[in-house]
Amino acid sequence: MLLIPCPWCGERDEQEFSYGGEADIARPLDPDALSDDDWADYLFMRTNTKGDFLERWNHASGCRRWFNARRNTVTHRIESVYKMAQKP
Amino acid sequence: MSSKYSIFSLARNAINHHRGWQRVWRSPEPKPAYDVIIIGGGGHGLATAYYLAKEHGISNTAVLEKGWIGGGNTGRNTTIIRSNYLWDESARMYDKSLRLYENLSQDLNFNIMLSQRGVLNLAHNLGDLREISRRVNAIRLNGIDSEILDTAQVQAMVPILDCSTNARYPILGASLQRRGGVARHDGVAWGFARAADVRGVDILQNCEVTAILRDGGKVTGVETSRGIIKAGKVAIVTAGHASVLADMAGFRLPIESHPLQAMVSEPIKPILDCVVMSGAVHAYISQSDRGEMVMGAGIDHFVSYAQRGSLSVVEQQMAAVTRLMPILSRLRLMRQWAGIVDTCPDASPIVSKTPVQGLYVNGGWGTGGFKATPGSGWVFAHTIAQDRPHELNAPFSLERFTTGALIDEHGAAAVAPH
Repeated sequence: MLLIPCPWCGERDEQEFSYGGEADIARPLDPDALSDDDWADYLFMRTNTKGDFLERWNHASGCRRWFNARRNTVTHRIESVYKMAQKP
Repeated sequence: MSSKYSIFSLARNAINHHRGWQRVWRSPEPKPAYDVIIIGGGGHGLATAYYLAKEHGISNTAVLEKGWIGGGNTGRNTTIIRSNYLWDESARMYDKSLRLYENLSQDLNFNIMLSQRGVLNLAHNLGDLREISRRVNAIRLNGIDSEILDTAQVQAMVPILDCSTNARYPILGASLQRRGGVARHDGVAWGFARAADVRGVDILQNCEVTAILRDGGKVTGVETSRGIIKAGKVAIVTAGHASVLADMAGFRLPIESHPLQAMVSEPIKPILDCVVMSGAVHAYISQSDRGEMVMGAGIDHFVSYAQRGSLSVVEQQMAAVTRLMPILSRLRLMRQWAGIVDTCPDASPIVSKTPVQGLYVNGGWGTGGFKATPGSGWVFAHTIAQDRPHELNAPFSLERFTTGALIDEHGAAAVAPH
């Protein structure tokens, strides 16, 4: 069970959050110029890191704001949280 | 080498007080090179090695397993087998697997304890009922057995289900695949291991792959915890670690890894003689030969390689199960565990060639790989031996994520990732 430190609300139970998957997947700025391979990479391919992983969370049953976390996918330890568009 | 199992070998060994049984497979030292290296000694990897030897005459093969064979998801699933999938591509693949299962004990000369006791998928509302009707019709059009039961028929088949009108999860009906059921998961791994070993396959346990060696876009072998092993063909069959292995070979997969939890109760007398599934509440229930109620839950939504999940998932699943079958409410759980499932965006697997020549990948089976074990091995062996997919697994290529020809099986997979 995760205890997630929301940057706005502090430590809260995992059940208050919804998961947003891998962080920092930028939407292509010029979609028309993209090849099918580039689209596949953007839409479907994931790094799925074993170890320290940057991911998005939404405090859905709390402040309802999005933020990023650096979490270890083997130990589940949350190393740090940071606001969207910030660096970890 | 193991001799053939039969009533006579049983009698002979019984006379000798069972002291004469031989090791079921060898434990050889790695050779410097093989024709084919299979990374991953789970059911799918061992089945691949077996069918490579049996169907394609390639037995100079090594199966590399970082732990012990069948110790990953093969030994962690809820042992359910069925082929009631919606789309033609999946129906063909999973029914090929079910048909292989039906003769597997004889084929392997190893009792996998297949029990075709029937698999029920419950409908709790009108939407479920319509969806089930659509699925049953689609499945029957593919020549696979499937039928619809009404509430009274469900109640007659499973007396312990709460089919009353004021139930928390009302039961309006169910789909039933009578050929579905369960098999002994360890037996499947051990049976394939023994049969592959007899045909000359080296099963190397405690042998972890640390790098995939390449030369100019072509695979040349692997670096392992037991040294470098060369091979012209390498196959990745590492459920729960497919992305890690693909990363070693320099390409990405459309896979996310999640924990999937399951649990067993204390053993009780037989009260459930079929498999009951409910997609709406993410629960699947059967009773083992030892009397334990075997129950599977939904996945944890975050990415994980930890082989453990959160308690909230277990709580939600148990809350639903005890409402479906109130008689279970005072049972205690004996064990609870998790496996790591590699899920694809369309809830269908990848059995495919890769951007690296001579490297093949079989993974992304998500929450339902056990039922596919023999079929998966059968088509993957063909893909490796011929260097092109069989028509059964051609739709499950890695290219489908570029072409857009996805095979959306979120409904049939029963445990939706999101």
